[in-house]
Amino acid sequence: MISQLTKGERQLALVISIAVAFLGLAMAGGGFGNPLGFHGFIVLLFALGVTFLILSGYFAPEPSPERLKRYYDDPIKVGVILSLIWGVIGMFMGVWVAALLAWPEMTFDAAWASFGRLRPVHTTGVIFGFGGNALIATSFHVMQRTSRARMPDQFSPWFVLLGYNLFCLLAVSGYFIGVTQSKEYAEPEWYADIWLVVVWVTYLVLYMRTLARRQEPHIYVANWYYLAFILVVAMLHIVNNLAIPISLTAAKSYSAFSGVQDAMTQWWYGHNAVAFFLTAGFLGMMYYYLPKRAERPIFSYRLSIVSFWGITFLYMWAGSHHLHYTALPHWVQTLGMTFSVMLLVPSWASAANALLTLNGAWHKVRDDATLRFMMVAAVFYGISTFEGSFLAIRPVNSLSHYTDWTVGHVHAGALGWVALITFGAIYTLAPILWKRQRMYSPALVEVHFWLALAGTLVYVFAMWNSGIIQGLMWRTYNESGTLAYSFVESVEAMHPYYIARTAGGLLFLAGIVVGFYNILMTIRRAPSLEASAAKQDEPVTSGAAPSPVSAGE
Amino acid sequence: MFGLHYNLERRSIGLAVAIIIVASIGGLVEIAPLFTIDETVEEDPDMRVYTPLELAGRNIYISEGCYACHSQMVRTLRDEVERYGPYSLAVESQYDHPMLWGSKRTGPDLARVGGKYSDAWHVAHLEDPRAVVPQSVMPSYSWLSRNELDREDLDKHLAAMRKVGVPYSDAMIENAPEDAYGQANPDSSRAGGVAERYGEETNIRSFDGDPERVTEMDALVAYLQILGRLTDAAEDQPALDDSELEGE
Repeated sequence: MISQLTKGERQLALVISIAVAFLGLAMAGGGFGNPLGFHGFIVLLFALGVTFLILSGYFAPEPSPERLKRYYDDPIKVGVILSLIWGVIGMFMGVWVAALLAWPEMTFDAAWASFGRLRPVHTTGVIFGFGGNALIATSFHVMQRTSRARMPDQFSPWFVLLGYNLFCLLAVSGYFIGVTQSKEYAEPEWYADIWLVVVWVTYLVLYMRTLARRQEPHIYVANWYYLAFILVVAMLHIVNNLAIPISLTAAKSYSAFSGVQDAMTQWWYGHNAVAFFLTAGFLGMMYYYLPKRAERPIFSYRLSIVSFWGITFLYMWAGSHHLHYTALPHWVQTLGMTFSVMLLVPSWASAANALLTLNGAWHKVRDDATLRFMMVAAVFYGISTFEGSFLAIRPVNSLSHYTDWTVGHVHAGALGWVALITFGAIYTLAPILWKRQRMYSPALVEVHFWLALAGTLVYVFAMWNSGIIQGLMWRTYNESGTLAYSFVESVEAMHPYYIARTAGGLLFLAGIVVGFYNILMTIRRAPSLEASAAKQDEPVTSGAAPSPVSAGE
Repeated sequence: MFGLHYNLERRSIGLAVAIIIVASIGGLVEIAPLFTIDETVEEDPDMRVYTPLELAGRNIYISEGCYACHSQMVRTLRDEVERYGPYSLAVESQYDHPMLWGSKRTGPDLARVGGKYSDAWHVAHLEDPRAVVPQSVMPSYSWLSRNELDREDLDKHLAAMRKVGVPYSDAMIENAPEDAYGQANPDSSRAGGVAERYGEETNIRSFDGDPERVTEMDALVAYLQILGRLTDAAEDQPALDDSELEGE
C-alpha cells in the first residue's frame, strides 16, 4: 500500500504522523490524570502505528507512472473493511444495550458497562463508524468513476480515512470513561471535534479537486448528494459544537448555547445529521450503485433535480419537530411541522425515482439479492420518510414523542434504509474493487438479505407496539378523572417488546457477520476477473468510453 | 429552470456555493431570532445559578448518560402536567449549558423531581434501583458512593460557565472547591460561605448520609434535588385556559 505513494507523499505522511504523535504526547503529558491524557495516549499509539506502517514501506521503489492511468482504489478497500468492522462492533453494542433494558442486571457493577455509557458507543459505532466509513469509501469510488478521473494524489484519501477513524476511536473510547458533551449524535468533546474539522476540510478539498479533474462535462447526481453531505455536515458540526473548554488540558467543555437556543441548535444539528449524513450521503450511494447493478439508467433526471434541492432546502427547517409542546416558541414548532410535512414530496420523489429505475429489471431483483437489498432499502426509505412526516404533526407527536415509537422510526430508517443500501452497495462494489468475477458466495448474500430483513421487521414491529402502548398508557384516564397508570406500570408493560427487539437486533447482527465473512472470502477465494475485463474499469480507455451511468431524460 | 441546472451541474464551485446558500436559510430563520426576540425566554431576576456541587452532579448526570432515558421537559399537555407538575418554561434552563431536555422517557421525566423524594430515597435508588422500585430497568449506580468527588478544578468549571454567560461572581469562582465541600458538610466551617454566596435556601446537608467524605453520590443527589427549583417562575405562571393545555 505504501509503495503506491510517491517519495514526496511518503515524506509528507511521515511528517504528519510524527506531528500527530507529538500532539498525542502533549495531550498525554498535559492532561495526565484527566480523560484528555488518556486520549493523548490513544492518539500517540495510533500515530506511532501509522508511522511504523509508513516506515515499513518507506524504501520501496517509486510507483510506476502507469498507475496514473488507473483509479486509486487502495483506500476504498480499507474503508470497506473498516466499515464492516465498525458495523459488527456497533451492532453488537446495539444488541447489548437492547438486552440491558430487558435484563438490567447485566451492568455487573461497572460504570463503563451501564446503559447510559454504552448507548452512544452503539449510536456512534453504527452511524459514524459503519455509516461514515461506508460513505467515505463509496464516495471515493463514485467520484472517480463518474468523473472518469483518478484522485489527484495518494496522500489525502489516506489522511481522510485514517483521520476519520481516529475521530471515531476517540469518540467511542471516551464514552466508556464518561467523556461526552451529551449532545445527541455529537457527543465527542472539543478536541475530537476540532480534529474532525481538519479531516473534513481535507475531505472536501479532495472531493473538489477530483471533480475539477473530471473528464465528464456534467457532475453526476450521486456527487451532488455526496457534496451536500460533506458541506452541510461541516456546517452543522461546527455550529452545534461551539463550546468553551475548562482548560486546554481537560476534556470537559461547556456548550456556548444554553436552554431553548441550545435545544433548537441541537435538533437543527440532530435532524440534519439524519438528513445529510444518513440520507443525502446514502442517496448518493443509491444513485450510483442501484442503476449500476440493475444496468438501467436513472428513471428521471428532472425528478432527481427536484428531489435534491427539495431535500437540501426543506430538511433544514424540520429540526424543531423534535421539540413540540416544549418551551420552544410556538412559531418555531409550527414551522418545523409544516416543513416536515412538505418534506414528504422530495423524499418520495427520490424513492420513486429509485423504484421506477428498476422497471425492466424486476427479474433481476427477484434473482439477485444484492439488487434486492437496494430495492428494499428504497422501499424502507419511502416508509420511514412517510412515518417521519407523520410523526412531525403536533398531535401525533404528543403521543409518540419520548416513546419507543421514535426508536422504532429511527431503526426503520437506520436498518431498513441506511444499512440495507450500504450492504447492497458493498456487495456491488467488492467484486469490482478486488477484481473478482462475483462474490464468493451468492447464497450467503441471500442468507444475509433474509436475516437483515427479518431482523428489521421484528425490531420495528416490536417498537411500534411498545411505543404506542407506552404513549397511550401515559395519557389514559380512568373514570374518576385521574391518570390510570403509574409510570412504572408502563415500564413493566415494555418487557416483552424489549426482548423481541433484542431478538430482532440479534438477527440483524448475524446478517452482517455472514456478510463480513463473505467479503473476506471474496478477497481470498473468489475467482479473479480476467485482465481484459478488469481493463474496462479504468479512467481513460481508448476511444469513446461509455458514460458510467447515464441519466435518462 | 432545468436549463439553469444544466449549467449549474457543470460547475463544481457553483454547485457547492448553491448548496451552502440553500441549506443555510432554514437555520438562519429558525435559530437566529431565538437570540434576539425577548419573549423567547421569560425574565426572572431571582433565578439562581447551580452551586459547584450541583454543577458537578450535573456533569455526572451527563457522563453517565442519564439524559438518554430521562427527559427534563414537561410538555404543555394535560396528562404531563398532572403526572409531573407545571409545564417547563424556557427560563428554567437558561443556565443549562448544554440543555438536558432529553428525547426519550425510558424512565420518568425529572424536570420537577427536586424535593419530591428524600435524599435517602435517592441514595437507595441509585445504589440499587430494584430494591426501591422492583419493576425498574435502571442500572445500579453503586460506584457513585465509592468515588470521592473530584473538586479541585471546579473553579475552572465555573469560570468556563461564566464565559458562556452564567452570572457567577468572582467569589463564587474562587471558592468553588471549598463551597462544594461545604455544601455536603453542614457542620464544617465552609458551610456558611455557601449560604452566603448562593442564598439561604440552598440545600446544605450531607446528601449521601456520610459527612466524612464528599462523594459523586453527594453531587448527583444535590443536583437531582435542585431540579425544577432554580426559579419559582413555573409555579407562579398564570392559570392557562383549556385551549393552551392540549391533548386530552
